Amino acid sequence: MLNYVIRRLLLAVPTLLFISLAIFLLLDLAPGDPMAQMPLTVPPEVKEKIRIALGLGEPMYVRYLLWLKQFFINEPLHIIANMTGWDIAGGAQRVISWQTRSPVADIIAQRLPQTLTVVGISYLVAILIAVPIGVISAYRQYSVFDQIGTFVSMIGFSVPTFFTGVLLIVIFSVQLGWFPSIYDTQLRVTSWDTFWMQVRQMVMPVTVLALFNAAQISRFMRSSMLDNLNQDYVRTARAKGLTEKVVVLVHVLRNSLIPVVTVVALGIPTIFGGAIITEQVFKVNGLGQLLITAIFANDIPMVQTLTFIFAVLIVFFNLIADVLYGVLDPRIRYD
Amino acid sequence: MKAFRSLLMGAAAAGLFATAAYADRGSDGHVNIIYWQAPSILNPYLSSGTKDIESSSLVIEPLGRFDQDGNLVPYLAAEIPTVDNGGVAADLTSITWKLKPDLKWSDGTAVTSADVVFTAEYCMHPEGGCAQAAKFEGVKSVEAVDDLTIKVTFTEPKPYPYQAFMGGQSPIIQKAQFQDCLGTKAPECTTANFGPIGTGPFRVTEFRPNDVISMEANPNYRDASKPAFATLTFKGGGDAAAAGRAVLETGEFDYAWNLQLAPDVIAKMAAAGKGKTVAAFGSLVERIEVNMTDPDPALGDRRATADHPHPILSDLKVRKALSMAIDRSLLVEVGYGQAGRPTCNLVPAPALYASPNTDCMTQDIEGAKKLLDEAGWTVGGDGVRTKDGKRLKLLYQTSVNAVRQDFQALIKQWWTEIGVDTELKTVDASVYFGGDPGSPDTFQKFYADVEMYANNFDGTDPEAYLAQHTCEKAPRPETQWQGENVNRYCDKAYDELVAELGRTADLEKRGQIGIKLNEMLTKESYVVIPLVDRGRVSAHSNSLGGVVLNTWDSELWNAADWHRVK
Repeated sequence: MLNYVIRRLLLAVPTLLFISLAIFLLLDLAPGDPMAQMPLTVPPEVKEKIRIALGLGEPMYVRYLLWLKQFFINEPLHIIANMTGWDIAGGAQRVISWQTRSPVADIIAQRLPQTLTVVGISYLVAILIAVPIGVISAYRQYSVFDQIGTFVSMIGFSVPTFFTGVLLIVIFSVQLGWFPSIYDTQLRVTSWDTFWMQVRQMVMPVTVLALFNAAQISRFMRSSMLDNLNQDYVRTARAKGLTEKVVVLVHVLRNSLIPVVTVVALGIPTIFGGAIITEQVFKVNGLGQLLITAIFANDIPMVQTLTFIFAVLIVFFNLIADVLYGVLDPRIRYD
Repeated sequence: MKAFRSLLMGAAAAGLFATAAYADRGSDGHVNIIYWQAPSILNPYLSSGTKDIESSSLVIEPLGRFDQDGNLVPYLAAEIPTVDNGGVAADLTSITWKLKPDLKWSDGTAVTSADVVFTAEYCMHPEGGCAQAAKFEGVKSVEAVDDLTIKVTFTEPKPYPYQAFMGGQSPIIQKAQFQDCLGTKAPECTTANFGPIGTGPFRVTEFRPNDVISMEANPNYRDASKPAFATLTFKGGGDAAAAGRAVLETGEFDYAWNLQLAPDVIAKMAAAGKGKTVAAFGSLVERIEVNMTDPDPALGDRRATADHPHPILSDLKVRKALSMAIDRSLLVEVGYGQAGRPTCNLVPAPALYASPNTDCMTQDIEGAKKLLDEAGWTVGGDGVRTKDGKRLKLLYQTSVNAVRQDFQALIKQWWTEIGVDTELKTVDASVYFGGDPGSPDTFQKFYADVEMYANNFDGTDPEAYLAQHTCEKAPRPETQWQGENVNRYCDKAYDELVAELGRTADLEKRGQIGIKLNEMLTKESYVVIPLVDRGRVSAHSNSLGGVVLNTWDSELWNAADWHRVK
């Protein structure tokens, strides 16, 4: 197992380098200009000077190598320097956002907690809803519960979050006035009151995202349960006189969870990626909203760094999913 | 009865004065502002985004601002220098500003002329990439005469010297805070760029880039009774609809900036009764620009250059007919509602420079047809006019934008009525306005017959704006397709008049020349076909008082006077 993990990690290095180059080329060759958002009243000579100040005057390969150096050497140096207080980073140039002219890593660190709480909780809620729904739907296949479950997950899966989000805002913020329509990103939970406010402002974004994720996971759970329910070992278990509860919740559920766990693990990077649209609708200042504003502003260092971090997470969680497979299913052996 | 009424009035007035006198700094609690574009930085010299300029205007201030009518108002300066009061040299080569005495930065130190001199040094640094460098164009030197006096010398006579240190784009920054941030070091000063020390009514307590800014009243603000609000939250991001909803429907926020929404959407939101919309007009004009050169791809490298005049649009009568066929009032109704009004001018304001030209206001389809007949374009079998075997067919481009596409559809319909076949083209805004000389789709290259966009000018003086249409400003291969004269309009008389404007200091005379230049481009030549004078609609809650919408400067220019209506 350890050998396998090490082999996979080594293989990931060229993969990630290739991904970083692909992202860089895509961003660089795509049309668009960080100066395009400037008012037309700014004369072209001034724009040209700003471009040069941003480092756009250099040839493409120089900019790519510079980014590699900043991301893989300078940033870790700064992080270590910050944690230990050693002065090893010196004046090494960090990855700087074109919009804010400040280090990209600082902004990401500032945004990460919001994304993790909102999107993370919604993912957790989604799993907690989806697993029981999947189990019951499969056990009572074609029952009324199953039909309703199928209907709700079809809606959850096919109605886009920018629609459900705005719908919830119109009903619960505008009409009923129960929840705020704009997420207060400065709220610090210090008392029961502020905790309650935090809960209230998280209700709508979490609901929207949970509905979307639960729809997907419950379908996986249902079909995986159905696969297992008709297996011989289930009949054997029943023949041995085990109660129905033990048969379903211990024997069938455990085996059915194997593919679902993989799906859930593969979905974790999307938590870090944030929910671009939902964050935008509810003004949650997470990574998704950061990415979309950076794309609109053609802030290439920010977009490049964020997408690359997402790529790293996806590669990493793919590995975790594969390892989990081996742990959960004794039939699978990697060595 | 009369006496009773005057008594009542007197009592009311006394009440008003009483509240004014009792108003204290910070007595009105908290105010929430939402901009649907989020501020990324609080240093206007490193970003020309409106969101960044306006959010920083709460903290840092210029020597003078423009008020809602475009007049100059002193802020940090004791008065606006003019030739009459001796502040501007008689030969127009220098301007001398005097600071108000006893001004303090929010950290308690004194504001001196050294800070103003440093501000100029900061933006004029050749490696800084200053976004407001245009404001300092033609400035030879900025020197401190004494602690409160600053003399700006120009390389040549400058009839309109109110560029540097005027308006939200050019505020004074503190030398002590920024002195290590010159040139290439500018982006490294994150703390300073995110929390400038200023003289404005508020100071920054926390800045989260692209998200939210927390501010509190500046304890050293020059008016001891202002601002009325103790704390302020400036939230950014989302979209115009959400911002409008938060002020007009849910009442969570007090002020929402620039609600670029369909007129009926705003009306529906306002019906909830939690807030009001305010509108004001500046110099932003949505217009159709006419290409005077032939963009035919068959011409190779020299397409769309002065070598090849446009085969159809070089004729004044055709251009005039195109303008006559447009119903501008309907365009306003469809696209802008309260935030627009029909215009025939490229320079619609300020009043001094606005031509009384209204000849395009009423649509005249029959007149347009007659003009085209006169020009020799006869209607063919399919309803499209032809002349010498050439069809009257135009390519009409603009950027991707819902309102612009509505306009394209309507105008195409009117032009079809007069026998002009119109092909529509839309380009993504970041490409269209991107200025990449390698792209064939930029508005500067103008590989189309007519194109639509909006533009305005900074401040209240249109000299530089009108000078954009001189012959040498035409984008062409020799200039890497840079330049503002996208029509490639070239008229010696126009160039001479622009030069004359550059020599004239007398305001009234400048107004007359400006009006003439505007008319030469619009009603005399129809090289520019103005459509809509685009104003701005913002919204504030019913309980927020003191809002005066200003399109000539930052919308938050008078935030010191904002207060809670009780």
